[in-house]
Amino acid sequence: MSGSGNVQKITVAGLAIEIERRGSGRPLVLLASEEQLENGAAFIDDLAKKFEVIMPAAPGFGTSDRPDWLANPNDLSYVMLDVIDALDLKDVTLVGFSLGGWIAAEMAIKSTARIAKLVLVDAYGVKIGGAWDRDIMDIWTSLPAKVAAAKWANPENGKRDFSVMDDAQLTAVARNMESFARFCWSPYMHNPNLRHRLHRVNVPTLFIWGEKDGITPLAYGEAYSKLVPGAKFVKIANAGHYPHLEATDAFMSALNGFIN
Amino acid sequence: MRAWHFTEMPYPNLPPLEDLSTMRVSLANKHFDPKIGADLYNRYLDEYMIADDLGLDLLCNEHHQTATCIDVAAPLTAAILARQTSKGRICILGNPIANRGDPIRIAEEMAMIDCISKGRLDVGFVRGVPYEVFAANSNPTETVDRLWEGIDLCVKAWGAVDEPFNFEGRFTHRRAVNLWPRPYQTPHPAIWMTGSSDLENIKKAAARGYVFATFLQPHTKVKWMFDAYRSAYNDTGLPGGGGTAYMPLVFTADTEEEAEKGARELTWYLNAKTEPQYRNPPGYVPVDFNVNALKGTFTGRTDAMRAKTMEFLKEEGVMVYGTPDSVAKQIKRLYELVGGFDHLLMMQQAGWLDHTRTVKSMSLFAKEVYPQIKDLARTQPLNTKAAAE
Repeated sequence: MSGSGNVQKITVAGLAIEIERRGSGRPLVLLASEEQLENGAAFIDDLAKKFEVIMPAAPGFGTSDRPDWLANPNDLSYVMLDVIDALDLKDVTLVGFSLGGWIAAEMAIKSTARIAKLVLVDAYGVKIGGAWDRDIMDIWTSLPAKVAAAKWANPENGKRDFSVMDDAQLTAVARNMESFARFCWSPYMHNPNLRHRLHRVNVPTLFIWGEKDGITPLAYGEAYSKLVPGAKFVKIANAGHYPHLEATDAFMSALNGFIN
Repeated sequence: MRAWHFTEMPYPNLPPLEDLSTMRVSLANKHFDPKIGADLYNRYLDEYMIADDLGLDLLCNEHHQTATCIDVAAPLTAAILARQTSKGRICILGNPIANRGDPIRIAEEMAMIDCISKGRLDVGFVRGVPYEVFAANSNPTETVDRLWEGIDLCVKAWGAVDEPFNFEGRFTHRRAVNLWPRPYQTPHPAIWMTGSSDLENIKKAAARGYVFATFLQPHTKVKWMFDAYRSAYNDTGLPGGGGTAYMPLVFTADTEEEAEKGARELTWYLNAKTEPQYRNPPGYVPVDFNVNALKGTFTGRTDAMRAKTMEFLKEEGVMVYGTPDSVAKQIKRLYELVGGFDHLLMMQQAGWLDHTRTVKSMSLFAKEVYPQIKDLARTQPLNTKAAAE
């Protein structure tokens, strides 16, 4: 991880899981997107002023183990529940971005015993339309430039300079891309059963969505939010799939209004 | 040395290639005219029958959603050839077992073709090239493991003659497996595998006595792979059915000028366009390869080949073309450079190369080149100590 917090490894379910912890206060567990772009982002420092921000890397991401028996985000969610058990966290504010949002939703349908609030940001996870509908853009058959244009309100915001990264950082980038495909290739970016279980989420839930998200479009996010009882939905202008990175102030304002 | 005729069954009748962004995966099939396709299928099958008459062996493969190869079911081609030819061996190289997803069905089909051909079948298994995962929607991070689990299951199914068995593996669950028919060859046809960089896979193939084949690689890299193969069996000598195979583009003609013209047409295959997202799906190659890709120091094989001149490709052994004596000389040179090999797999047809010239080239090869190379000894044993170093 590239953040400035305390990085440790813990073992849960026989897996070594990488965890970064920053700040102090009530626990806020942050599940990163598949690209882990949140690590080192400035908004984490803001959150760490009021919360202890705990960022476990899901299996296969960062340097966390990835055994073959883990096949999908449903499987990953058990490991992440094991993590908050192992750390004995209580009244957790659980925030998940993109794939991390999907994992957070999968956790919340299983147990909210340690979860107080749930925030899903441009999350994958459900199938809204029918068999012939493409709910989520197919990022793996699309030209890279098209994917960037869909992901970012301004594709310039998504440019990454790999030439300044060391081998450990590049290994994490390559490993994250691989693990994302391992867990989300098919069914593509969703668990067919998740929508039928979201009624079980019994904690206050907020969906935050980039208005210009071309990967998981706004209508998808709105429909997703209606599957969670009482969930609120906030859209962020001038932002794509990562509103926390493209419109950080508006994102933080929406988030703070819900979690404080 | 055995020589094999091969065509990917291309569909070259496309709009100008410079107007296309890809010939694979997403090229709209409105560009496929079934009437032209019908003629092409029959023509390519005719050429296999001519190759059989000429004493060549017959190699087929399959790809999906691509104009470069309209053979989408190698078992269908092999089944037709099993019935319509009488002499040559028939090799499927190979069954994309990771992408097809039903190993037992493949084992059954191979057994049936082996029976119809009266034991002339060799069975290849391939992981499938990167862009195949899109047509099959197979997870690119799992295809190596699927390949090996599938092979193990086929081999077990072919050999389990006394009673049915169950299998509950990572990817396949089957109950009461009991093949009817079982293969004509006992316990099963020779097994072939392909590879281009994964030395562990190559050694695994060698240790099991499978033939190892590789395509269109510079001779230094072919030697590197063949050495790895040979290092895995150097103590016991060649196991039954094992050996090495190499595929260059091959064109034989009466004059050097004619040969160069024909060979140039074969390069159509090397120039096939593919959009970038299809070339390296996530997890298809190991993480360290992708680290190099991020650094810009790893590019695919065909990209590297495309940039080279024909003369260079000839020097590297990727292309073999010329008069019969010149072709024989080039093959002998290649044989020496890579430490010997057992099977020459010849892509003798690609792109727009028409029937007349394809048949002329393969006939010249069969009559004037093959006799000069047929007696080359099979793969040389490798010096054990040198391999360890």
